[in-house]
Amino acid sequence: MDYERLGLKAGIEIHQQLNTREKLFCHCPTVLRTFDERSGEFFRFLRATESELGEIDEAAKEEMKQERRFCYYAYVTTCLVEYDEEPPAPLNPEALEICCTIARTLSMTPIGQVHTMRKLVIDGSNTSGFQRTALVALDGVLPNGGSIETICLEEEAAQRVEGDTFSLDRLGIPLVEITTSPCMKTPEEVREIAAYLGMVLRSTGRVKRGLGTIRQDVNISIRDGARVEIKGVQELDLIAEVVRREVLRQQNLLSIRDQLRDRGASVMEEPEDVTGIFRDTKSSILKKAHSVLAVRLPGFAGLAGREIQPGRRLGSEFADYARKCGVGGIFHTDELPAYGITAEEVGQLRAMLRAGGDECIVLVAADEKKARCAAQQVVIRAGWALRGIPEETRKMLEEGSTAYMRPLPGAARMYPETDVFPVTITADWYSSLPLPELLTTKRDRFVRELRLDPALAAQLVSSEQVGLFEKMVDAGISPSLAARTLLSTLKELSRSGTDVRYLSDEAIMEVLSAVEGGEAAKEAIPAILGMVASGTTVAEALRKCAPALSRDELREIVRRIVEDRRDFIAERGIGALGPLMGVVMAEVRGSVDGKLVSEVLKQEIAAQVQENGNRNGKKV
Amino acid sequence: MSGEYSSGDIVACTYGRTLRKGTYITSRDGHAVVKLESGYNVGVPVTSLSLISRPEAVQPPEVTVVQDETLPRLSIVSTGGTIASRIDYRTGAVTSQFDAADIMRAIPRLQTVGRYRARKLTTILSENMTPAIWQELAGAVYEEIEDGAAGVIVTHGTDTMAYSAAALSFMLDTPVPVIFVGSQRSADRPSSDNTMNALCSASAAAADLGEVAVVMHASTNDDICAIHRGTRVRKMHTSRRDAFRSIGGLPIGIVEYPSLTVRLEPCAVRRGSVEPALRKNLEERCAILTFYPGMSPAVIETFSGYAGLILSGTGLGHVSTLLIPPLRTLIEQGTMVVMTSQCLHGRVCDRVYDTGRDLLRAGVIEGEDMLPETALAKMMWVLGNEKDPAHAETLMRSDLKGEFSGRSTNGL
Ligand SMILES: [Zn+2]
Repeated sequence: MDYERLGLKAGIEIHQQLNTREKLFCHCPTVLRTFDERSGEFFRFLRATESELGEIDEAAKEEMKQERRFCYYAYVTTCLVEYDEEPPAPLNPEALEICCTIARTLSMTPIGQVHTMRKLVIDGSNTSGFQRTALVALDGVLPNGGSIETICLEEEAAQRVEGDTFSLDRLGIPLVEITTSPCMKTPEEVREIAAYLGMVLRSTGRVKRGLGTIRQDVNISIRDGARVEIKGVQELDLIAEVVRREVLRQQNLLSIRDQLRDRGASVMEEPEDVTGIFRDTKSSILKKAHSVLAVRLPGFAGLAGREIQPGRRLGSEFADYARKCGVGGIFHTDELPAYGITAEEVGQLRAMLRAGGDECIVLVAADEKKARCAAQQVVIRAGWALRGIPEETRKMLEEGSTAYMRPLPGAARMYPETDVFPVTITADWYSSLPLPELLTTKRDRFVRELRLDPALAAQLVSSEQVGLFEKMVDAGISPSLAARTLLSTLKELSRSGTDVRYLSDEAIMEVLSAVEGGEAAKEAIPAILGMVASGTTVAEALRKCAPALSRDELREIVRRIVEDRRDFIAERGIGALGPLMGVVMAEVRGSVDGKLVSEVLKQEIAAQVQENGNRNGKKV
Repeated sequence: MSGEYSSGDIVACTYGRTLRKGTYITSRDGHAVVKLESGYNVGVPVTSLSLISRPEAVQPPEVTVVQDETLPRLSIVSTGGTIASRIDYRTGAVTSQFDAADIMRAIPRLQTVGRYRARKLTTILSENMTPAIWQELAGAVYEEIEDGAAGVIVTHGTDTMAYSAAALSFMLDTPVPVIFVGSQRSADRPSSDNTMNALCSASAAAADLGEVAVVMHASTNDDICAIHRGTRVRKMHTSRRDAFRSIGGLPIGIVEYPSLTVRLEPCAVRRGSVEPALRKNLEERCAILTFYPGMSPAVIETFSGYAGLILSGTGLGHVSTLLIPPLRTLIEQGTMVVMTSQCLHGRVCDRVYDTGRDLLRAGVIEGEDMLPETALAKMMWVLGNEKDPAHAETLMRSDLKGEFSGRSTNGL
């Protein structure tokens, strides 16, 4: 597909949690808990405050439709700040430093005086009803020549448990939000830029890792289409697919619009009550509903059922809108008869409404109030189909298709967080921040300087252990031993049931140093680490697992074995090395490094071969 | 200099590589604070700004609220505590609302509880409260009662709310509820306790109550407000919603939320129990002194010339024996000295230990289980209205407005 010709414009917004010791505005640790670890619960009501102009934010109003009671889970690792029961602590300097380091890596200009704001959010995910956020730097540069508009430092929201219940462990974890300009023109470019920004973030070594710690929102539009924001793309691999599918959706919606116009299609705004037709239907949804309303869409027949994205039809969009009123979904005649609704009933429906063959009828079923609301929503969405594409915030479904979430938010409602003093960023301090070595640069350096295989180097730099790896190499541990231990030994241990979280970096380094010093064999590493993980000290584990033989003791054993097999050696010469290796290793049981055994054995066999030669020479 | 810009000016801000539009807000520590179109405030050098336009201030829309004449008439007297505020998202400014119509618009449900008259007495931070303002406040509340109010709501900053509630308890005899209310979390935030506290206070003000009380959150949940007797209440936390606690007993009632159902304890004084009366004289030469180990006797001497001194002693009501001679002198010179306990919970008893007996011999009056702050307000009122020392002492030793709990219940 020629995306440039379609006028694709995409930008991304990346949210990345920072791995700080404390939260952004309190001194709680940034750890996630399981829900059953909660130490208590409380509940609150949130309400939108009035603005100077006498208006309440539209998105906020949407949230306030029902008076909502939110329940919160508290933990021993959360405090009164998360409960909105204490003013915030000053902006966490560690988080600001990490944020500025990222900003500097992206060549951004820092704000001289950083002001923390309150951004209105009343969906319950913030106990206070606002999210604290600060604009830290502006105008960064991307490798594709595009620009980064802003980087903000903000607090993470509470995690939704279900419905209106939230868990407070996540609330307040520092987050950087990087917003690019709409400078990407193909799906692949979006993926590349997202990957690049992710790489830069991880290069600091100070961001959280794992599922949910980084989220991407994508803004997409095509020519004649509409700006759509897709929330919460967690996997990088899906990001290009999401863009491709959104472009497809918009193209298909535009094509549907053109066909509707050609047909002279229209939307009848007043729904009809057709409850009577379905009094004895086999569709349990329609049967038990107090009210079944029909929205009439002349000219829409065949188009409501038209696929616009894999697994999504125009009808799916109608259903998304209707669900906002609390109904489970809709039926439309393009997909009927089905779901227990018979052809006869459809016929009755059409007859009763005197519907033409080109008319699509959408059915909503619920109690009177919900059904009215849902029908109204279908009318709104169907109206959009005649005009084009609505601007929306959408959520990602599995595999990259999307569903309607809410209208695009208006300008964010923000006012100053007066409990947090502004922080000055001086040019001197900013320029003194050390820039992290980018992971891509590091990978190339590992290949060049440490002679690592490029694939292994790539695997290393993308692992969380890269910092430890470098420490090991600095401590004189061979890169291949360090890499193997970190990338495979630990994983194997973990797979076989060892809790490797109990292995400190220091302990792993100590064990590997002992191996490098000949105190233990490489083969014994898993056993030693296993013991350390279960509480044994490193020294003790080394002693137990590796009653290390001295070189002299080893030589003695080797000599005895060689002596015992004099004839075999006479026969095979240096070719006896292989078979005898096994014999020696069996005797020393992995307490000696194979390389050392091989070295000593080779020497001893050579000595005997030489001796034999001499003897034979004398004879001759 | 930033003097050339004024708040609300539309400015161009050239910072970084791009030019952005914004609204000039203020100048702070050498930086010009600009609100960008994205909503964020940034502090930038004033030299990066240039003026685009100076729009005229937008007037908030006029509001008219039609009140239901069948509902009880309630008065709202504000002293500075904010129960409603409005945010200007263009500038980020938060303004408190004191006008009845504005309060109704901010908390529409109030209109289902009563019809209101609002009266702005003052707008001070509650730490700047004075006995002189208590007198004004008592006068204003009395006028509202005389004028037929079915209940009076006093909005007050929380820091000294308990002092004011205690002071008004003594200064006023009221046949209707006089309810103090405030908020611990600012009224601009969607999570503020202001709305629930305001609604519960209105409901309490319309209830079958006839005394001065404080109505605030009973827990961190938005479920119940406690109705505390004005003489038994104390702020026990710096920031929590449920900071206000009845000390030495239970609250005199609760208001359930969101139903706004009021439930009163049998001990609560009912509506119409007394005729309205105002005695607002106060003797301001009174003080409160918290004893601490090693306190110099010279500290006591500095209160020479005071009409009264509340001691907040240790345990059962003690101070160091070194302080007894200067206390004796002080009392001989005419200063009334009343002992309370810094334990807050429990009753003073100076008859158990020698030090206590020496204090009594020196003329110190036992303050029973009065809270130190309540004792101070009571002393100001007693000494302001009773010139005879013996009568004054009798009053201090009597339970006038529930400031003594009478019998010590076991609950903490
Ligand atoms: Zn905390």
